[in-house]
Amino acid sequence: MRDSNIRRRERIDTFFKYLFEVTGYVTIALLGGIFFMLVYNSVSFFAEISPVDFFTGNQWEPESSEGKYSIVPLVISTGLVALGSMIIAVPLGILCAVYLAELAPTRVRNILKPAIEMLAAIPSVAIGFLGIVLVGPGIAKLFGIQNGLNALNGSVLLAVMALPTIITICEDAINAVPKTYKEASLALGADTWKTLFKVIVPAAAPGIIAAVMLGLGRALGETMTVLMATGNASAIPCGFLDSVRTITATIAIEMGEVPYKTTHYFALFAIAAVLFIITLVINLIGEYFANRRRRFHA
Amino acid sequence: MENHAKLAAHDMNLFFGEKQILKNINIDFPEKEVTSLIGPSGCGKSTLLRSFNRMHDLTPEAKIQGKLTIDDQDIYHPSQPLTQLRKRIGMVFQKPNPLPKSIFDNLAYALKIHKYPKSEMEDLVENALKESYLWDEVKDDLKKPATKLSGGQQQRLCIARTVILRPEVILMDEPCSALDPISTHKIEDLILKLRSDYTIVIVTHNMQQAQRISDKVAFMYLGELIEYDTTDVIFNNAKKELTRNYISGHFG
Repeated sequence: MRDSNIRRRERIDTFFKYLFEVTGYVTIALLGGIFFMLVYNSVSFFAEISPVDFFTGNQWEPESSEGKYSIVPLVISTGLVALGSMIIAVPLGILCAVYLAELAPTRVRNILKPAIEMLAAIPSVAIGFLGIVLVGPGIAKLFGIQNGLNALNGSVLLAVMALPTIITICEDAINAVPKTYKEASLALGADTWKTLFKVIVPAAAPGIIAAVMLGLGRALGETMTVLMATGNASAIPCGFLDSVRTITATIAIEMGEVPYKTTHYFALFAIAAVLFIITLVINLIGEYFANRRRRFHA
Repeated sequence: MENHAKLAAHDMNLFFGEKQILKNINIDFPEKEVTSLIGPSGCGKSTLLRSFNRMHDLTPEAKIQGKLTIDDQDIYHPSQPLTQLRKRIGMVFQKPNPLPKSIFDNLAYALKIHKYPKSEMEDLVENALKESYLWDEVKDDLKKPATKLSGGQQQRLCIARTVILRPEVILMDEPCSALDPISTHKIEDLILKLRSDYTIVIVTHNMQQAQRISDKVAFMYLGELIEYDTTDVIFNNAKKELTRNYISGHFG
């Protein structure tokens, strides 16, 4: 009686152990599957277009008679928009998180936190409208240019979209810093600012880096907003005031109309694969820096 | 002849919200002596200790009445610069709390806060580590994360981080409670050595420790100061029955 009971419990234990293991592997399998799908379809593309042209050219014009497939303008566009959004969102996000976690009175916090979380719930199409109706014209007016649908517009909007992610995760990271660090610093006679920026923020660095990487991932991968707000000109941009066309927007625009299994069709997989690799590398870099800081923690 | 009162509390009451934690405390700690605060858990020893370097400033619901002084200057006077005050009154905590930096940077951080010139840092760090009997154990890897040291080494590092600023007073809140007997012994040796230069106030639950290291002992119970006298009197000739009962282990 007792024996069989124990054996049953051991079986249940084993079952759950494998169940959890499987859920872990499913994620890896999905990641691998997506990558395989992208690479598999890209191979057909590179059979026709040389990688050298793909990575060095300066025009993306699949519709033109000779069919120009260069990813360079798209990568620069994507990078420019994402970089701009991070320049805006990272300092803003970290400072806001520090304020929320360490300085804000409870009453302010209770209003600010739900408001920030609400920001994350706004659909990207709505943010796109904001760009067309408000931010774009504003930029045009501010810089005295004709067209406000440009990289800067996209950066501002993506910053808005990345902020809730960055703030929320940064705040969690800052809250997770042991109170003893703060006490140690204050007891040595450090003021609040030194304690915040020399002790608490560095101690929260792994989490903050993770937050920035997630925000950057969001900015690189965001499609609808940049499609609507950045003008979609597929030439190499010279600055934030030029119209740009990101990898994501290109795929979204062209995938619906491209004939099945043509070079153009496979080309879209190839640029998606490049985007995938870029995001992966950025995540790995983030992970590396996060780990380097982590060894100082108990 | 007793040394002059370095730290003192006059008619001090402390509340956390509605709850009164310290009741009418009057005490002074003589300069360059070691004073132990003893008493059962929750009697307010640590709370009293933390009042002197204003750690309660972090707790908005803490309210303090009465007067606390260092060299007869009011610790809570609005014109008292808090950062300077905490430099003068250093603190060592119950759980060793090195910052997540290297051994060297933990000490250098204390110096940087108070704008010591960079050129002096290395010497000061070495000196502080020597004073805390830690130098020989860590001199070859000052770049190592401080959190990788053993508990006893971490606590000595925290003491080094306090003495490097040359405070006038060192407050210690059960500095050995998280340590093994050997580390405890090393810290006690260190306290006895520091005694000649600093005024030390230490909270301890360890009666033998209080006896070994202190010149004077204060016994507290339920937020009140019951008896305060030389170590010898408290342990061998206490006037209050409550003190005698606590010392002999009848409660607490």
